[in-house]
Amino acid sequence: MRAYPPEYELVAPRSLPAVLSLLAQEPGEWLPIAGGTDVMVQYSAGKLSARKLVSIWNLPELRRMDDFPDEVQIGAGYTYMDVQNNAVINREFALLSRAAHWSGAIANQNRGTLGGSIVNASPAADSLPALLVYEAELLLVSERGERRVPYSTFHLDYRKTQLASDELIRAICLKKRFSEYYAYARKVGARNAQAISKVCAAALGRLTAGMVEDVRLAMGSVAPSRFV
Amino acid sequence: MTEPSRAGKKCDVSLTVNGQVFVVRAHAMERLLDVLRNEIGLTGTKEGCGEGECGSCSLLMDGVLVNSCLIPVLQANGSKIITIEGLADGGDLQVLQQAFIDCGGAQCGICTPGMILAAFHLLSKKLQPTLEEIREGLSGNLCRCTGYKQIIEAVAEAGRRGAST
Repeated sequence: MRAYPPEYELVAPRSLPAVLSLLAQEPGEWLPIAGGTDVMVQYSAGKLSARKLVSIWNLPELRRMDDFPDEVQIGAGYTYMDVQNNAVINREFALLSRAAHWSGAIANQNRGTLGGSIVNASPAADSLPALLVYEAELLLVSERGERRVPYSTFHLDYRKTQLASDELIRAICLKKRFSEYYAYARKVGARNAQAISKVCAAALGRLTAGMVEDVRLAMGSVAPSRFV
Repeated sequence: MTEPSRAGKKCDVSLTVNGQVFVVRAHAMERLLDVLRNEIGLTGTKEGCGEGECGSCSLLMDGVLVNSCLIPVLQANGSKIITIEGLADGGDLQVLQQAFIDCGGAQCGICTPGMILAAFHLLSKKLQPTLEEIREGLSGNLCRCTGYKQIIEAVAEAGRRGAST
């Protein structure tokens, strides 16, 4: 059944602290919505259990990228298009740019965010293998403070994550140590664009004097949640 | 974008649509698509799948191509929107619209406004896209009539005619 808009509440605070304050006051009551490419689909189908939503779309604290000497911190509100347009990400983390390029079509890349995709926790997310091989870490923030967790342990089970009810992902951190690696990515879907992965893979490898020194391989869409 | 909307209560949302400012009273979670069609009366933007797959509801929001079925209207507050109604200048069709007619790029018409907005967005970035770039630029827009060949030709033709103006 179609959703009935008057039954839902949506607020749009202007700053990250204001959002975190709301989440802290009523933990579990508020569902964050960024670009809406997942939440609005559930909403329109009448399958969204949350009735109170808080917009985090375009929050300046989340839609940014910080380039440090040893790592980049990609704000959770960075869209897939922002990822593709970022020269540092293209140079250092080409597998992530490629995954962003084949996530949905342009209109969804303009709205879908990296953080939203991680919290949505689909095992078929296109960026999943790239984040795994790059050993991404997530900065989780709440009024209680900030903590850093490996992306590889963030998803506990199918669609279940470590995120507490008062927390948001603030940024995705990637160490700059893979630019010399050979990189490979492949996605198999029903068509090139706008298709959910039947299987997707990312790989990194480094050769030294003709010897394979390091190989990393991750696959998406192959299990309900992470396994090694 | 700070005005809260309690469930059941409406809020004021300001939209600049095709250059004209509208302030509408709407529920914050109403879809931009529905507000444009039902409150503002611009029915050129179509609903197809309602889940961001087909591109029928494509429009430009602050210069960026989006699916209006996936946007709660509160998130569009203060934005500048261009719909299919905003492309023609009075009775003079935009170059892209004329190219769609000349190349047979429209049949039943449901996908056409979204196709044209996606193509407009593409041509605004690259005046003479390759066929591959056109296919990619329109990959989020589904057509069940023409089979895409004429649509892609129309966009290429519009590029040749200088469609961004």
